[in-house]
Amino acid sequence: MAKEQDFPVIFELSQEGRKGYHLPELDVEDINLDEEFSNEYIRQENPDLPEVSELQIMRHYTALSTRNHGVDSGFYPLGSCTMKYNPKINEDIARIPGFSMIHPYQEESSVQGALALMYDLQKSLSEITGMHSVTLQSAAGAQGEWTGLMMIRAFHEANGDHHRTKVIVPDSAHGTNPASATVAGFEAVTVKSNDQGLVDLEDLKRVVDENTAALMLTNPNTLGLFEEHILEMAEIVHEAGGRLYYDGANLNAIMGYTRPGDMGFDVVHLNLHKTFTGPHGGGGPGSGPVGVTEELAPYLPKPLISKRDTGEYYFDYDHPQSIGRIKPYYGNFGINVRAYTYIRSMGPDGLKQVSENAVLNANYMMRRLEQEFELPFSQHCKHEFVLSGKNQKKMGVRTLDVAKRLLDFGYHPPTIYFPLNVEEALMVEPTETEAKETLDEFVDAMIQISNEAKEDPEKVQEAPHTTVVDRMDETTAARKPVLRFYRED
Amino acid sequence: MQHRYIPMTDQDRKDMLETIGVNSTEELFNDIPQKVRFDGELNIKPAKSEYELTKELTELAEQNSHSKSHTSFLGAGVYQHYIPSIVDHVISRSEFYTAYTPYQPEISQGELQAIFEFQTMVCEMTGMEVANSSMYDGGTALAEAVNLSAGQTKKKKVLVSKAIHPESMDVIYTYAKGFNLEIVEIDHQNGLTDLEQLKSELDEDTASVVIQYPNFFGQVEPLKEVETMLEDQKKTMMIVSSNPLALGYLTPPGEFGADIVVGDTQVFGIPTQFGGPHCGYFATTKKLMRKVPGRLVGQTVDEDGHRGFVLTLQAREQHIRRDKATSNICSNQALNALASSVAMTALGKQGVREMAELNMKKARYAKKAFEAAGFETLHDGPFFNEFIVKLNKPVSEVNEQLLQKGYIGGYDLGRDSDSYDQHMLIAVTEVRSKEEIDQFVKEVGEANG
Repeated sequence: MAKEQDFPVIFELSQEGRKGYHLPELDVEDINLDEEFSNEYIRQENPDLPEVSELQIMRHYTALSTRNHGVDSGFYPLGSCTMKYNPKINEDIARIPGFSMIHPYQEESSVQGALALMYDLQKSLSEITGMHSVTLQSAAGAQGEWTGLMMIRAFHEANGDHHRTKVIVPDSAHGTNPASATVAGFEAVTVKSNDQGLVDLEDLKRVVDENTAALMLTNPNTLGLFEEHILEMAEIVHEAGGRLYYDGANLNAIMGYTRPGDMGFDVVHLNLHKTFTGPHGGGGPGSGPVGVTEELAPYLPKPLISKRDTGEYYFDYDHPQSIGRIKPYYGNFGINVRAYTYIRSMGPDGLKQVSENAVLNANYMMRRLEQEFELPFSQHCKHEFVLSGKNQKKMGVRTLDVAKRLLDFGYHPPTIYFPLNVEEALMVEPTETEAKETLDEFVDAMIQISNEAKEDPEKVQEAPHTTVVDRMDETTAARKPVLRFYRED
Repeated sequence: MQHRYIPMTDQDRKDMLETIGVNSTEELFNDIPQKVRFDGELNIKPAKSEYELTKELTELAEQNSHSKSHTSFLGAGVYQHYIPSIVDHVISRSEFYTAYTPYQPEISQGELQAIFEFQTMVCEMTGMEVANSSMYDGGTALAEAVNLSAGQTKKKKVLVSKAIHPESMDVIYTYAKGFNLEIVEIDHQNGLTDLEQLKSELDEDTASVVIQYPNFFGQVEPLKEVETMLEDQKKTMMIVSSNPLALGYLTPPGEFGADIVVGDTQVFGIPTQFGGPHCGYFATTKKLMRKVPGRLVGQTVDEDGHRGFVLTLQAREQHIRRDKATSNICSNQALNALASSVAMTALGKQGVREMAELNMKKARYAKKAFEAAGFETLHDGPFFNEFIVKLNKPVSEVNEQLLQKGYIGGYDLGRDSDSYDQHMLIAVTEVRSKEEIDQFVKEVGEANG
């Protein structure tokens, strides 16, 4: 297929003297600012930003958007990312001036509506997760993990347990888990999975000891499997004095069926941009609220939103044991408004239906796809499942090739080569918002690609054939990094 | 009830269950032990229809005073600025906002290129060589910069000016705890960092010096003198937090030898929205390129030799390095970086300077108007768009009265320090008119008694 020529970067459209703005007039006296500053503090050369007209900007970014695939463009079964539909009412509500144009330092009396929303969101998330209290301050999942671990650290230190320096992480865990442990000052220790894809209880007993600060767990785990022995695991960790951390990346599978608090978890973070329709924004902003048990509540970051007996809401800074502030202001409020709108659109029944249908969709796809692809773990899955491309690999077609070929069908591929404990992994998460027809079409495409791997492997190996660019030279990108635009002259 | 976000019909469900080989969806949850099952109904509010929910939440929003219902002079790190209309039209393209991290470059060139352009614009504004794809916000970007400096220099002591944003200071403390860093606060005198104290604390164990430019009080710190001071401690890194709009007029920190420049691009195209989401930026030197936290987009070519963009240098990041990573950041603020890119593009080479100068001229007019009305203002040094006015009453008391008159007053500096009790930090941006400023001065006068 014909490829287009190099697509211009905005700087290449620039012509001296063009304008894309109209600022308010200077209606006060004009003064010579330069008299106030010594020369070395006055910028000599303006930053080389583009000079373009408003229509040129609009065309440029509209064209860029057509070179991008979002959930609204097509199916996006990216495992562990919960790429579900992002409701449009969420966007409308977040843009109401009473939410989008308020300032974090206004008097409390002038932001009671915003505080009421945050208070009810804290309460709703506490209920959904079965936790005692929730902070909305964390900006994203990874920051939520780190916040939770810092609270666990503060808890152990308050008990004089300074020797608890180890955080246990399953080998199937997302990379942020061990990274968050390190950044919180802990040492990450790996616990192995067994041949059913679940945490190996014997190995857990081996790694848990008096130095254990916490076990971090996703349940269902990154293979999409529910850790059935969660209560035994909780007991092993709690008996040794450690605490249980729940990575809420996969909460979409269990809402209304079970709650992290009921499973024995002490800390939970949620990804509001996943389960609660954030949206993902091309990589962010997200929001990663953290819930804790009563025992850990004193360590929550400041401030929380509380309610006086008289009915007013206020910023509650009265937490002397708090780990402190983890972010300026009060979290990604705009994302929290979207998540709250979603929760209120769904209600308790709706949220349970979300999980029911997310699990139904995943199991349906899994059973159809196991006819053609290796399924390493055959029990029912929850909201996602992991296939192995090792049969296709025998024919010289790697999982990367399968992923690239899927692009020709208009799909975003599943997560690939993750989790690390499955060879040639393909991690599929359909979500509840996709219709059966979409699932069937995707499965048919996967089967066709597998057939191509047998009959015409080059077609898969050389994919994609229809995208605006071909496979990129990533090696050169990393060896000789070009991280900004330079003018040719 | 069939919900509008869930397409499966009863017939679909029946067919799908048959393929799976179970009789009910309930069977798919049999692996959840009875003991941990949640049997009741979640105690959250019942679902509302689209119309009713919009009505309820609009009414809730209307309980808040905001910069459309009121005229605002509040800043302190978050500002009301001109947002070109096109910004929201671009970020409302759902190909952008419903996408995730551009892991598949062939179908993510739009996002990748937009980030590449953002990185370039941040380099231009700050005078630095390398910028990443964004951080959560200016405060956490600064805290990550501090941690990076400690990792890079293998030193634990960090000198932080007390004239930085007080909440950034708090965040630095929280982040530094994980690496057991020693934070030494450097006082301020007449609104500027005490360079004598800085000099006396600076030694070979110092990982970095942290300065805000312009600082929290709006004053322009003498970075040249800091640069000179650091000539004796070559390994100590200079970290500068900057409002990027101010750099439309001020010499960028890169020209004073800064090693890391961070801040928030909220000033470009991002509404205040109660403090988030905003958009942190992180800029540094080529030398530190492989230590930068977060995602980086690089230019390359495809198999046909066409220019294209990819996420690169990923060996730095948590998903590769796992427990060896020095930052755990994964999600960032991509959509807001896009908003800032569009705003910076609209302003362009001339507009950023024009806008910065408008802020400065209007702020100077306002400061003089307060002085002419008999108010005492603090500090006479060069400043950007904020200044301090001394009141006779607690700031919150004055602000409550101003709200009744249709104004959102300035920041209460007494929140952070008793010595600044009854001192209001006032921000004047390009959107304030002469008439609004004059009236505000009058109303503050009346409320102040």
